[in-house]
Amino acid sequence: MKASNKLSAAAKSEARWGWAFIAPTMLGLFVLNFYPAINTVYQSFCKTGDFGRGNTFVGLANYAAAFSAGETWHSIWNTIKYALIEVPFGVCIALVLAVFLNKKLKGTSVYRTIFFLPMVCAPAAVAMVWKWLYNQQFGLLNNIFHSNVAWISDPHIAWISIGVIGVWSVIGYNMVLFISGLQEIPGDYYEASSIDGATGIRQFFHITVPLLSPTTFFIVQTRVIGALTVFDLMFMVIDKTNIALQNTQSIVYLFYTYAFTNGNKGYGATLVVILVAFIMLVTVIMQQAEKKLVYHA
Amino acid sequence: MESARQKDRINRVIMYVILTIMAFIMLVPFAWMILTAVKTNQEAISVNPFYIFPHSGWHWENFAKVWKSYNFIILYKNTLLMIFFRVVCACLTATMAGYAFGRLNFKGKNLMFSLILVQMMIPSQIFIIPQYLMVSKLGLLNTISGLVFPGIVTAFGTYLLKTGYQGLPKDLEEAAAIDGCNIGQRFLKIMMPLTRSSMVSLGIFTALFAFKDLMWPMIVCTKSETTTLSAGLAKMQGQYGSDYPTMMASAVLAIIPMIVIYMIFQKQFVEGIATSGGKL
Repeated sequence: MKASNKLSAAAKSEARWGWAFIAPTMLGLFVLNFYPAINTVYQSFCKTGDFGRGNTFVGLANYAAAFSAGETWHSIWNTIKYALIEVPFGVCIALVLAVFLNKKLKGTSVYRTIFFLPMVCAPAAVAMVWKWLYNQQFGLLNNIFHSNVAWISDPHIAWISIGVIGVWSVIGYNMVLFISGLQEIPGDYYEASSIDGATGIRQFFHITVPLLSPTTFFIVQTRVIGALTVFDLMFMVIDKTNIALQNTQSIVYLFYTYAFTNGNKGYGATLVVILVAFIMLVTVIMQQAEKKLVYHA
Repeated sequence: MESARQKDRINRVIMYVILTIMAFIMLVPFAWMILTAVKTNQEAISVNPFYIFPHSGWHWENFAKVWKSYNFIILYKNTLLMIFFRVVCACLTATMAGYAFGRLNFKGKNLMFSLILVQMMIPSQIFIIPQYLMVSKLGLLNTISGLVFPGIVTAFGTYLLKTGYQGLPKDLEEAAAIDGCNIGQRFLKIMMPLTRSSMVSLGIFTALFAFKDLMWPMIVCTKSETTTLSAGLAKMQGQYGSDYPTMMASAVLAIIPMIVIYMIFQKQFVEGIATSGGKL
């Protein structure tokens, strides 16, 4: 009897400590994340009054407006196009580099340092430099190649140019994750297959790719979500007056413009809800794909 | 055997060539940023002849000019303070919550932890409008507190630290419990010091995230004397976009502190990103 009392006292004390320890985080999450998420959904059904004051409930009017506006669909498509460049190229190049750096070569740490460098730079600065490299008249690219390409103002090219900046920025990050994934593959697999006469490229496709697939999937998933919420690059590179704006601005850029430049919070909230719904859909699809594509040893 | 060795050597050469070409491509933007920063504007926009290197000497004084005229000292100070408070807040709240989730048993724990996972799945853009309205109502626009505001707690960090605490052996704590330490003492004296590497990962992740963030400082700190390096650059580009050496000098000044820190703590940076795998 006495023992069980003591036990429950200990359990009670543990519960008190537990709740006290999680209280700041949980409270913060409710105030800073959960309430705002609900509030954003609510605001997406409201019209923001002049000077951002007063919300009037307008039902689905914002959604009707958003779905009938060409720029919304444009921006969603632009975001997808960006992801279609950044994710596959960023992942494949990083994988190749990671495999090379995982071999016992001299000087790998220097290469690793260089490839990772863009990760510690502010995207605002990175985008500024690329914008200057792309400059049609004075830029390095056109002057070196003696070309006259409007890298960032030709609507047919600009989205690719921005995708290239994205790939450049993210290679190092993907590479570091790949290297740590590669180091978990036991060396015996390679030794055994070498004895069987398998060469580097066959080993890559038959050992590295399947055994690395959980890492690859994790990277693809994080990068897809990251790419779908891209903002900084477009915002810094594509001015409001750029004629390629319609063909490059991402959905988050459009959201920023409406919510904070134009002060139309209700419509901005609508755009962000559409974005989140879209990302949730993509996440569910990727989770389904994971079961089929990822090799579980 | 001889041909196998030769083949191996050829493979090595091919790998080095590819690595070197990639490294060159990665470095070109940095090199061009610095080379432009030390030119005069006439040189920067000269096409015929096109100058790769500065023609009239290296104008390092451009950096000093930019430093003074754009109040970089204030941008540095604001960025540093924001990073400092965000790292302290994130580490403090996450280590406590991580310990509770990872090592203690109490009713409601699983429900609360599922909320942490839910938060990690929601894209953060959905929080921004209400967070901005709160900061605005609290009168924190254009303050350091406003910059720190959304980073006071971290679901991701809690998850990271929980994993760290779960990985620690059980007997450590049991021995301390027998010695009569209560949960708070066990946490402070025994468990927390052992999760140092997770804390460093979280600290680096938080610092990098805050340093790179552009939208939040642009929204809450619209004045050039209250904003951060990232948002300050965006402002400068809007105002002086065609003075290329000035722009490039500012870009160099904005990224150099983090690059220096990265060079010193390279191992921790790489490990931190590899183990946390957070979305930057």
